[in-house]
Amino acid sequence: MADDKVKIQEDTRKMLVKWKTKRGSLIMALHEIQGAFGYVPWDSMEVVAEELKIPMAQIYSVLTFYNHFKLTAPGKVVISICDGTACHIKGGQSVIEAFEKELGVPAGTTTEDGLFYIQIVRCLGCCGLAPVVVVNGKTYGRVTPLDAPKIVAEWRETMAKEGA
Amino acid sequence: MVELSQEQIEKLKALGRTQKENLIKMGEDFKEKVKNFKASIYTCNATSCHSGGAASVLDAFRESLAATGLESDVRVVCTGCMGLCASGPLARVEIKGKKPVLYQHVTPDMARVIVSEHVVPALKTEGEIKTSDYLKKQELSLDLPFFTKQRKIVLRLLGHSDPEDLGEYIANGGYQGLMKALTMKPEEVLDIIKKSGLRGRGGGGFPTGTKWEMLAKSPLVDGEKFMICNGDEGDPGAYMDSCILGGGSHAVLEGMMIGAYATGATSGWFYIRAEYPLAIQRMELAIKQAKRYGILGRNIFGTDFNFMADIRYGAGAFVCGEETALMSSVEGKRGTPRPRPPFPTQKGLFQKPTAINNVETLANVGPIMVNGPEWFSEVGTATSKGTKVFAITGKVKHSGLVEVPMGTTVGEMVNDIGGGTSSGKPFKAVQTGGPSGGVIPASELHMPLCYEELKKIGSMMGSGGMIVMDQDDSMVEIAKFYLGFTVDESCGKCAPCRIGGYQMLQLMKKIADGKGTKADVAKIKEIGNAMKKASLCGLGQTAPNPVLSTMKFFKNEYDALLIDGNEPDAPAEKEVKACNINTKK
Ligand SMILES: Cc1cc2nc3c(=O)[nH]c(=O)nc-3n(C[C@H](O)[C@H](O)[C@H](O)COP(=O)(O)O)c2cc1C
Ligand code: SF4
Ligand code: FES
Ligand code: FES
Repeated sequence: MADDKVKIQEDTRKMLVKWKTKRGSLIMALHEIQGAFGYVPWDSMEVVAEELKIPMAQIYSVLTFYNHFKLTAPGKVVISICDGTACHIKGGQSVIEAFEKELGVPAGTTTEDGLFYIQIVRCLGCCGLAPVVVVNGKTYGRVTPLDAPKIVAEWRETMAKEGA
Repeated sequence: MVELSQEQIEKLKALGRTQKENLIKMGEDFKEKVKNFKASIYTCNATSCHSGGAASVLDAFRESLAATGLESDVRVVCTGCMGLCASGPLARVEIKGKKPVLYQHVTPDMARVIVSEHVVPALKTEGEIKTSDYLKKQELSLDLPFFTKQRKIVLRLLGHSDPEDLGEYIANGGYQGLMKALTMKPEEVLDIIKKSGLRGRGGGGFPTGTKWEMLAKSPLVDGEKFMICNGDEGDPGAYMDSCILGGGSHAVLEGMMIGAYATGATSGWFYIRAEYPLAIQRMELAIKQAKRYGILGRNIFGTDFNFMADIRYGAGAFVCGEETALMSSVEGKRGTPRPRPPFPTQKGLFQKPTAINNVETLANVGPIMVNGPEWFSEVGTATSKGTKVFAITGKVKHSGLVEVPMGTTVGEMVNDIGGGTSSGKPFKAVQTGGPSGGVIPASELHMPLCYEELKKIGSMMGSGGMIVMDQDDSMVEIAKFYLGFTVDESCGKCAPCRIGGYQMLQLMKKIADGKGTKADVAKIKEIGNAMKKASLCGLGQTAPNPVLSTMKFFKNEYDALLIDGNEPDAPAEKEVKACNINTKK
């Protein structure tokens, strides 16, 4: 773990070089950190506080204000289910329920094995394909509740192949 | 900015003049290059089509053209949104001298067939091209009202050009608006925008020229004044701005720069939702290209005008679409609104004068400069000029992105452009203005879409989301959905919104569960009216709209759910009948 901390802090410091000189760049820096680690680790926050000279409390309050930021590592497979209006009208809610049932956890949480994380998002900009589900960057359009087990199985297989 | 000597400035100006000439030449070079192509295949690779696999369709087109040795005769173009997103991936084949053909649901296999049955014969043989039934079935008529009833200003180049090719943008008149503006006085530019009647497309409809005049009058603070482009697009289920940024980033940048010249702004910020990676990527590219070719920088095109632009990402907070919250977010802070005045044009980003404009608003500016204010104000109604882009989604047959003249009626939108309901069931209502808007029932099909009419009916133009609902959709459910969204997204700063919204949602849930009473309905109205009056920002002020508007037009649906039946003290309203719009079929 100690090694992890050193590595995370080192990487974070590198990322902050370009943001140090720009004003109002806290959120941009946090985006970059989450992009690299999948969430914003506490260890990174410490470096941000130091380098950008922003109190920890302020960083934390910004992180918790915005839905986009995660404070803990999500599962390896992130399932984003759209509940924007277009998807909602076309049955998005039943798709959410189907995934929750299939994985046995509510949206916003990670499965016990750390493999899947379900999150609800509001419009992914492809409403024409509603209801939409995005899994690790791959988009599924016109999803029905019946597709949930298939999509989960597909990703279980993919991850098994990758040896996760 | 660093002070420069007169000599340095003269040098930069000379460079600027050369850069302008180079740019004009770049457009001519582009025209020269495409002259030699005998055909073009335009393939949409915007968000929807991309998600549907457009990238591999593009590969398939390129590979099969290469295999037939036609790659130098046929231009394969990766374009922005073509509009009919629900039928994507879309590809349009244009053979010189022939009518263009649009294909829907294109797959890589189909792309290969399009090349072998359509493109190759068209280039190698004379006379009619006969394609197989397989392709015929996937042809979409370009004579559909979906296409013919549109009037494109903002979406003009989307689907017809490569958004990453600056030369193509220039060849299509790009940056000519800016070039023209820079030959005028800033006041003259302001005058043109004022005369055009352009109003903000972000929802409020505030006259853009007036906003810019206010900024122009504010003196620089520490040598700075700002323009911000609002690309937060928080309305869930709407994606106009995403596509405009992704397919026409240079046009938005050009609009911002014309505004900056007119107002004396020194730099600009694009605030774009993090959920829109393509929009961000294209805007980053546009800024990079603009810097490289001297469109952004110092002494632009040999004038005294200096301007720089940068991007900031949103982070998933609807309230950040509100301008004061947005500025706080650009500063890297929590996005909480603050009271106005002071208005942003007086005290904005980093406490300096700032004008905030919506993406679509800015995209209109270049064409207005090139074609003149009269050209623009001829389109639309008496008070709502020009066009409006809508994302028409929900239970509609032709779902996608459309641009229509202001004043187009709801009926034309739903029945003609939208082609009726996707289910074939009777149409019930459309919702405009997203979580801040309201419903327009089927009885109001004749209503023209413009700022005033929408407001009158208890909705609003919003940024352009238009959700079509049919007989099966419960109005109570949809109102509850929107309210749930705004309660989730309330920043919690002021009590009317934080507490009122929460209480209202509990009551709505109670009603939806069939446990509500007449007293609950009365209470909701009371809370709603208090929220409208007492909330600090637009989020809380407009959050009750979906509920109040559905209560007004679909009282019967609420009544049916109450345990004590009809609510007595409401004025008797004419019953809204769902009218079947598919009878013509
Ligand atoms: C809660 C809330 C959300 C908003 N969301 C957006 C948005 O997503 N995009 C936008 O352009 N304007 C949005 N606005 C309106 C902006 O505050 C602002 O009026 C607008 O960007 C000004 O640009 P315009 O004059 O070009 O319309 C929102 C306002 C409120 C109160
Ligand atoms: S109205 Fe709502 S969103 Fe706006 S400041 Fe008040 S609590 Fe925040
Ligand atoms: S509402 Fe789901 S993609 Fe837009
Ligand atoms: S995304 Fe391809 S048509 Fe809209």
